[in-house]
Amino acid sequence: MIQGLAILSFSFLLGMWSGELLGSWLGINANVGGVGFAMIFLLLSKEYLSKKGWWKSDLEFGIEFWNKLYIPVVIAMAASLNVKSALSSGTLAILAGIIPVFLAFWVFKILIKNLPSSHE
Amino acid sequence: MNELTQVLDKNGLIVAFLLVGLLTWLTDLFSKKVLKSRIPGSAIAIFLALFFGYLGGVVAGGEKGLADINLFKGLSVLGGSMFRDFAIVATAIGASFLLIRKSGLLGLISLILGIAVFFISGVALAWVMGYRDAVSLCTIGAGACTYIVGPVTGGALGASSEVIALSIGTGVVKTIAVTIFTPIFAKKIGLESPGSAMAFGGIMGTSSGVAAGLAATDPKLVPYGAVTATFYTGLGCLVCPSLFYLLISALLS
Repeated sequence: MIQGLAILSFSFLLGMWSGELLGSWLGINANVGGVGFAMIFLLLSKEYLSKKGWWKSDLEFGIEFWNKLYIPVVIAMAASLNVKSALSSGTLAILAGIIPVFLAFWVFKILIKNLPSSHE
Repeated sequence: MNELTQVLDKNGLIVAFLLVGLLTWLTDLFSKKVLKSRIPGSAIAIFLALFFGYLGGVVAGGEKGLADINLFKGLSVLGGSMFRDFAIVATAIGASFLLIRKSGLLGLISLILGIAVFFISGVALAWVMGYRDAVSLCTIGAGACTYIVGPVTGGALGASSEVIALSIGTGVVKTIAVTIFTPIFAKKIGLESPGSAMAFGGIMGTSSGVAAGLAATDPKLVPYGAVTATFYTGLGCLVCPSLFYLLISALLS
């Protein structure tokens, strides 16, 4: 179990580091795609270890636990967002926070319709 | 009683586990028995959590919603960016690398499209509400991307603190809007496959909103949406204070 968690942690740290490096290379003070890189490292590690025959279901359990914990984390996050100040920071914040989202839903619908390859 | 408060105070994270566990247990029950599973329990739980976050803000007046009340402070640890990102990465274990690679181009297109849509409409709305200087317009437009891109852009351009606060507020409203509306519109807009989830993550951008919205729609789609959304904030921080600012100031003069 703990080995699986270690693989997850390793991928996470490596990915975050790549994100920071890419950010500073681009000259901005932000992590660019750290989570994405970490996910790719995790998938690559799994692929490599499976090929070697070292991947066991026990390893996966340590990762699966965090996978399942994901929704509870999101719930905790939602409860600790600054909802009140977001709603009270004025009409513009509410309009500029909501209207573009609807626009983006519409753009998404058009994009998906015109790129049927994504329907797999 | 004093001893209990002490225990709860010392073990905030554990209290958060208990609270979230209780909440999901109740919402799952409610979803199954009352709504016949038409709305997933997790969607109700996330929505309720937002509502509690609002109440927490009203009662405590802080910046962390419910987590500003001492008893609930562990929620900001459990829901903090470290656990959030760690758990998102763990969801990749259920994703297929092949699918991600195949949808790479779609993801890239959607990222560029997404940042442009949010920035332009944010700027347009700020213009309508009476802002005329390029710095404020740009900062609010960036805030419409995410609540991180807004202050980063505002800081880089030297925007006033009210405008920066406004851009953060805009970004948080966006996160909440994406969380709430994603499960409602998912079927209507064709958000049902891993590929479309990747495009969705790229267009919507806000990692927390996309992740929460997809979790409420179909947890299997979360890793695909997250893998593209994670590039959005970084890309936004890159283009908003530079390329987009130059374009806006060129348009204004």
